[in-house]
This record gives sequence, structure tokens and C-alpha cells, in this order.
Amino acid sequence: MRRVAVIGVGDTEFGELWDSSFREIGIQAGLAAVADANISADQIDGLFVGNMSAGRFIEQEHIGALIADYTGLARDNIAATRIEAAGASGGLALRQGFTAVASGLHDIVVVGGAEKMTDVGDVESSTIQSSAADQEWETVLGATFPALHALIANRHMHEYGTTREQLADVAVKNHKHGSMNPKAQFRRPITRETVLSSPMVASPLRMFDCAPSSDGAAAVVLCPLDQARKYTEVPVEIVGSGQASDSLALHHRKDICTLEATRAAAKRAFMMANLTQKDINVAEVHDNFTISEILAIEDLGFFRKGEGGKATEAGLTGIEGEVAINTSGGLKARGDPIGATGLAQVVEVVTQLRGKADKRQVKDAQIGLTHNVGGTGATAVVHILRRA
Amino acid sequence: MATAPRFWRENPSRYNLVGFKCNSCGRSYFPRRVICPICHRKSVGKMEPMKLRGTGKIFSFSEVFDCPEELALQKPYVVAMVEFDEGPRVTGQVIDCDACDLSIGTPVRATMRRLSEEGPSGIIHYGYKFVPIKEKAP
Repeated sequence: MRRVAVIGVGDTEFGELWDSSFREIGIQAGLAAVADANISADQIDGLFVGNMSAGRFIEQEHIGALIADYTGLARDNIAATRIEAAGASGGLALRQGFTAVASGLHDIVVVGGAEKMTDVGDVESSTIQSSAADQEWETVLGATFPALHALIANRHMHEYGTTREQLADVAVKNHKHGSMNPKAQFRRPITRETVLSSPMVASPLRMFDCAPSSDGAAAVVLCPLDQARKYTEVPVEIVGSGQASDSLALHHRKDICTLEATRAAAKRAFMMANLTQKDINVAEVHDNFTISEILAIEDLGFFRKGEGGKATEAGLTGIEGEVAINTSGGLKARGDPIGATGLAQVVEVVTQLRGKADKRQVKDAQIGLTHNVGGTGATAVVHILRRA
Repeated sequence: MATAPRFWRENPSRYNLVGFKCNSCGRSYFPRRVICPICHRKSVGKMEPMKLRGTGKIFSFSEVFDCPEELALQKPYVVAMVEFDEGPRVTGQVIDCDACDLSIGTPVRATMRRLSEEGPSGIIHYGYKFVPIKEKAP
């Protein structure tokens, strides 16, 4: 297997981008990444696009070809592939790009992710997001996507004594980080009171426990590590990649407070990288709900099971904490355009490892991790990146 | 909008709680599975229908305020994960109760109710919901 580096990153602002279409945000992120990598279009020989549900959000399928066409790459007839794994679509697209370069099948690959969610209304958007869960045996019976995460939260509070305030602290921290990220959807700090007085969505989760619907795109450029210095002074190597699956329905898991897919994906990624949790300086984890970040930091092995809430409350996951979690603002504050999210995580970690994260820079960040989840945990993908 | 067969084919499980038992290892599953995740190929042809009694306990629950349009008239409603006495867990609504009277461990039994309907002239979907089992007065 060849070693693989990220040589370029690019993204759009995340939010309600009413002036921009799906194809426009896809192109914007892709162009930014290609410009950052300092390559020309004819050097690209593969395109992977992470996207969950353009078919339902904008009634457009065949997304690989669409992006290849409007970025001008179809003129060279490059291979273009769309990847879908609900919320993990972006992370999985990265893994496909990584595999393609590592195997020698492709040399320079662009991996993008995009979602245009605000062309439908809020209720429709929630319904589409719920299709990541089991339609026949969860959604039809009234379990919305937030409700399923509320079942996890309620059980976590019951088993480990996690408090309502500790859940709020996840949102408070991520909004604080988002306030330092000019690309974030929400750039205003909030307090515990903001979270605890927001409307109830599915008890115990309130509006400020949930990531928003967002439009946005993000992209990275990959190439073999031994060619990377031709294009950039600071290549970032993908040193570990792990992917795992689990039951589609939450109720089929033995322990609903643990995402076994996250644990398995992390174990595989750490093994490939020959690193441990203590080596990680900065991590972007899948906080589509506040409870999800608590599960993530436990299941990735940063904190013991049941200790995630306490660690958050104690400030151990802030920018100057033991491990900086979601410096971009996470899905909660940076925004969650589903297919783009897994790539936006990589954009943030690469920015941190290059030392270019300005006010939210983690001091001397050398090694970072990204963690992207599909559904309530039926797919998880973890990548470990190191400044080369 | 989905056609009738999509829902009709699941009626045995939705109406009568028919699960499947693996005759290779004895584990039970709900809903239907044609392969036991533990026994894999050994279980093929050995998965037999098994009716669940419908009684169990709340494993976790939530009161839902934000829901799709077809459930808007029911909100707020309670969704629970229920662990059947036979072992399998399912997700469904808990009705005829106040959310504040429920807790993890509350005993419930399944009952057949209307789940939703697709507009005034569309299909009406039925299936299981749960009601708390009231302890008899002494």
C-alpha cells in the first residue's frame, strides 16, 4: 500500500445558502481545494463525492457525474463516484479516495462532500434525515431521528448519571468554538440557560442539543505521500483509516449507550497508525446531538464509558483541554450539511495541523482524528492524520 | 407516497408480533430475519415464526414534540424502546399514559392501534403500540 497525503483543502461557508445551488457549492469547495493544492484540472484522475440524499433534497441523483460535469472534469472523462452512508457519506468518500490512491489505482484524487438541505422545509428535512434510521421498524412507528438519540440520552443518564447540564455543556463549548470559525453557521456563544430554555424536541433533548439543517460543501485533494512536497510545504498524511458497521435499528444493539461501530473503526484506525488516544491533539467528532459527542469521546477511547459528561463539564474537551474536541464548532455550531460533514472535519483537522486555525488554534497540534457516523451508529468511519 | 403492498407484507409482524426463532441456537428475533447473525449459514432454513406474548418493560423512552406531518395530531407522544420478556427489543409508542408517570423499567403490553394515515383518502396504517400494565389494587 502506498502512503497517502492530503495536499489541499477547501470548503464553503455553512448555513442557509439560499443564493447558491447544490452544484454551485460543490464547485466552490472543489475549486478551493484544487487551488490550495496548486494543481491543474488535467492532473486529477479521480473524483469521489459524499452525498446522503440529493434525490430527496433536490430531486437529483447521479451526483458524481453532475459534479464532474460542472467542475469541468467530465471533459477529461475522469472516474466520478458518489458515496452514500447517511451522515457518514463524507467520511466514507474520504476512505474510498484514500483506498484508490493507496492501491495505486489513482494518483491525484479529489474527494468532495455536499448537501443542499434548505431547498425543502424544516419538517421535510427532518423526515429525510430520519431515513438514516430503520424506516420499517423505527420511523414508521413514530421514532424520529432526534427521538432515537433521546432514547440513548435517557438511558445514558439512567446508567451513568450523566446530567442534563452536562449535555448542555457540549453545545456551549461547540458554540464557543464556532464563534471563532468564520465559516461556521452559528458564530455566537451561548450559555447553559440558552440550551435549557430552548424548545423541547424529544425529551430530554431540546433544540440547542440538535445540529441544524445546513447547506454546504467541503473537499480535499489526495496524492501519494512521496509526491506531496511537489505541491505543498506542509503535507498531512492519512496514517490511519477505519470503518465499521452495526445494526441499522438502535433497538437491535446490546448496549445502546455504546456505538460499537465507532469502537471498531477507531481500533482499526489506531492499529493502522500505530498510535494511541494519548497521541491525538485535536479531534473532530460526530456531534449531531449533544449526547452523540459524549458517546463519541467515550467510544473513541479518550474517556472511560460513562465519564464523557463529567469530562465535558470539567473542560477537558476544550481547545486547551486534554484533547481538543470539535474546534470547528462541530456539527452543532459549524453546521451539518450531511454529505459535507465528514470532509469538513478533515478540512478543520488539516487546518489545525498546518497551524492555520487562528483564534481556535490548538498549540503544537501534530496529530488529529476525524470521526463520522451514519444513522444512530450503523456506520462509523475514523481517520487519523499526521503532519508529515 | 408508498403503495399498499409495502405495508401489507409486514402485517404479520406489525399486527400479531410474529418474530423468528433460530432453531440452531434458540435465540429469538423481531422482526423477521432469514439469517441468524450468530449462526450465519447454519441457520438458513431453520428460522421459524414465533409469536411474541407482547409483554415487556420500558428500556428507554422519550416524549416527542417535533414530528412528521402525519403524526402531528398525536403530539406530544411518547416513544419507547421496549424489551419483550422473550428478549428482543422493539421501538414503538406508549399510549394511554402521562409521560411523567413512566420510567425505565415500567411494565407494558402491546396493543394494536392506528399508526398513521396518508391524508384523507390514503392508506391507514395499523400496528403495535404499548400501554402501561397497571398493577391491580390490593
